[in-house]
Amino acid sequence: MNKLDLVAASQMKSDIPTFSPGDTVAVHVKVVEGDKERIQVFQGVVINRKGAGVNATFTVRKISEGIGVERIFPLHSPNIAKIENLREGKVRRAKLFYLRSLRGKAARIDEKRSQ
Amino acid sequence: MTRVFDDAGNVVGATVIEAGPNVVTLVKTVEKHGYAAVQVGFGARKVKHVTKAELGHLKKSGKGPFEAVRELRDFESGQELQVGDEIKVGIFTPGELVKVTGVSKGLGFQGVVRRHHFGGGPKTHGQSDRLRAPGSLGQSSYPSRVFKGLKMAGRMGGEQVTMRNLRVLKVDEANNLLIVKGAIPGTENGIVLIRK
Repeated sequence: MNKLDLVAASQMKSDIPTFSPGDTVAVHVKVVEGDKERIQVFQGVVINRKGAGVNATFTVRKISEGIGVERIFPLHSPNIAKIENLREGKVRRAKLFYLRSLRGKAARIDEKRSQ
Repeated sequence: MTRVFDDAGNVVGATVIEAGPNVVTLVKTVEKHGYAAVQVGFGARKVKHVTKAELGHLKKSGKGPFEAVRELRDFESGQELQVGDEIKVGIFTPGELVKVTGVSKGLGFQGVVRRHHFGGGPKTHGQSDRLRAPGSLGQSSYPSRVFKGLKMAGRMGGEQVTMRNLRVLKVDEANNLLIVKGAIPGTENGIVLIRK
């Protein structure tokens, strides 16, 4: 094995669920406050996945109190306790940046129908 | 370069260096050579690509031929080194600061904006072809010549560069790997010298 891959492999997680842009996910993030650690859930639509291997990241967008909030997570971050795929969305793009200019009903994503 | 996660889970840009094992090929002493140094070899090369003189020199160490042979002056390891001994990555500890010396990437002929961080000229207000120009090279009646060493366009890169104060993030003795924070000089698979 390539020495660089060896280092990358030691940091990568194997238990990441399959999810793709358009899906609604709940990301369980570890938050350290003082000396206490708790779990915070960030729930929203995946609008971007990029990078490969240990460099992979994904962007989750949600509307919080009327304001759009986006967070970019490293896919293999040890601060992510769990990723839950709640709903598969039917989209025709890999990057859903157009959602940023849409509000309310227009920003909805249809659920993917299983065949 | 790659990225690693630190203890707090933060992403840190890092470089993985294959450091060793380095084989001692010659020990120089003050009594015999006038100064103390250790000559080490690293990597592997085919026998047909090495001169017989070099092979004969490396015979004593019982290893080789090496991709690179370097002399380290005033090398202190705490113990007496013999020809044939191996210096491994274990001499470094996580958290300490190291210097990494290498030959930077050759960038070819570059202008003054890239090479010396000149500001260039204005883009508008009646300018033509002044955007990346170097400006005046000097005055006319005095000195009426261009000073030596004036910063101009030319070949950039391909020279020895030392990055100092790079933090060691991880030492992997099983695979002889050293992971340092940030970038180091040179190309991928280039040969570098790491010092404390």
